Amino acid sequence: MCLLRNSLGERKKAQCDNFWPMVNKLFASPEAALADTPNGATIMIGGFGNAGMPAELIDALIAQGAGDLTIVNNNAGNGDTGLAALLKAKRVRKILCSFPRQADSWHFDALYRAGEIELELVPQGTLAERIRAAGAGVGAFYTPTAYGTRLAEGKETRRIGDRDYVLEYPIHADYALIKAERADRWGNLVYRKSARNFGPIMASAARCAVVQVRETVELGVLDPESIVTPGIFVKRVVRVAPSMRKAA
Amino acid sequence: MKKLDKKQIAARVARDIPDGAYVNLGIGLPTLVADHLPKGREIILHSENGILGVGPKPAPGDQDEDLINAGKEPVTLLPGGAYFHHADSFGMIRGRHLDFCILGAFQVSATGDLANWHTGGADAIPAVGGAMDLAVGAKKVLVMMEHLTKSGESKIVERCTYPLTGARCVNRIYTDLAVIDVKPDGLHVIEMVEGLSFEELRRLTGVPLKRLATAA
Repeated sequence: MCLLRNSLGERKKAQCDNFWPMVNKLFASPEAALADTPNGATIMIGGFGNAGMPAELIDALIAQGAGDLTIVNNNAGNGDTGLAALLKAKRVRKILCSFPRQADSWHFDALYRAGEIELELVPQGTLAERIRAAGAGVGAFYTPTAYGTRLAEGKETRRIGDRDYVLEYPIHADYALIKAERADRWGNLVYRKSARNFGPIMASAARCAVVQVRETVELGVLDPESIVTPGIFVKRVVRVAPSMRKAA
Repeated sequence: MKKLDKKQIAARVARDIPDGAYVNLGIGLPTLVADHLPKGREIILHSENGILGVGPKPAPGDQDEDLINAGKEPVTLLPGGAYFHHADSFGMIRGRHLDFCILGAFQVSATGDLANWHTGGADAIPAVGGAMDLAVGAKKVLVMMEHLTKSGESKIVERCTYPLTGARCVNRIYTDLAVIDVKPDGLHVIEMVEGLSFEELRRLTGVPLKRLATAA
């Protein structure tokens, strides 16, 4: 039962007792799934604007209290909830994103102008590929994106064939907070529409991917041909009931 | 002269998109192109956040927070459409699979350099999104913009003064005054609006322009 919640020592003991615990990645609540988040963690947060934003997990992270965080997300918060609320609570030291400035990014804007948050601006495709590279064990890659622009300043470049490329490194994370539609206890995931966005690659790039889903199902219910994120990339799953979503 | 309004520029761009094309529309002005695609052509729209086959705006009340475009506006999915994750989406872009992308711009240089992400202001919060990937990735990069700034300066320039999005990446420029191709030997005027002379266009633009024999 507690394969992933226990320390390595406890897991070994269980195996020695000739008892192989059932793989069960389901956690009772967002708070339980994020209880061990340390200060200074690097946390990827899925979502593109509010589509795929794991709002309840972010609320739990705010309540949990970890600070000095490095956050990876496409944006820098919208409105007053979710990532914007985490920023407002001053838990974030640095953010890596492609598109911080939006009509409703006032919490980020204020922190940035006050010099209270570090920004690493990354072109969106480079952000996605750096995340993918981390999950796929790639040490670095050359991309044509941003060559000759100020976002490539100081970076190694190389001419390959008739094109110029910029060397980019992977982005690893301690945690990924993701929203999916449906999961089983092995952590297999399917997503909903364009809320998929960064979910699959962030799950692969983080040491501990924590997923909130609308529904959990028995093993075998998800069509193996249609599983988008295989459970190997997922460590923890929390079901967030629609009523909870409304209340948040 | 009869300057084109934004919708007319969008309609003019849309006319050049052939049947079967895979197209990404940048946020802002380019999204208008979707409303003017010629009927009878099947054109597949890509959205950077993981959609192929983007359909029209949903009817009021049918919006779905999980189905949005790059500008975070609600959209629909056409039959045959597909969802995919961000690394695949930008693989399509960088990997030269898109036939066209249509971008707005602050400036385009005579050699096709594009500046559209940052005004360079010290106090401006930079945001790049997918613009740099689109600029280097699409087979053809089309720019639509007003020809002149509000203060009357040409947005087609010898050299961009704003920070670059991509170097030598623009293939064609559509403005409220003209359609201009960016070629290795310079800027070629393909069309001008009614009542505008080539000399006047050249004076307003301020960089060398070539006149295609067939241009009106």
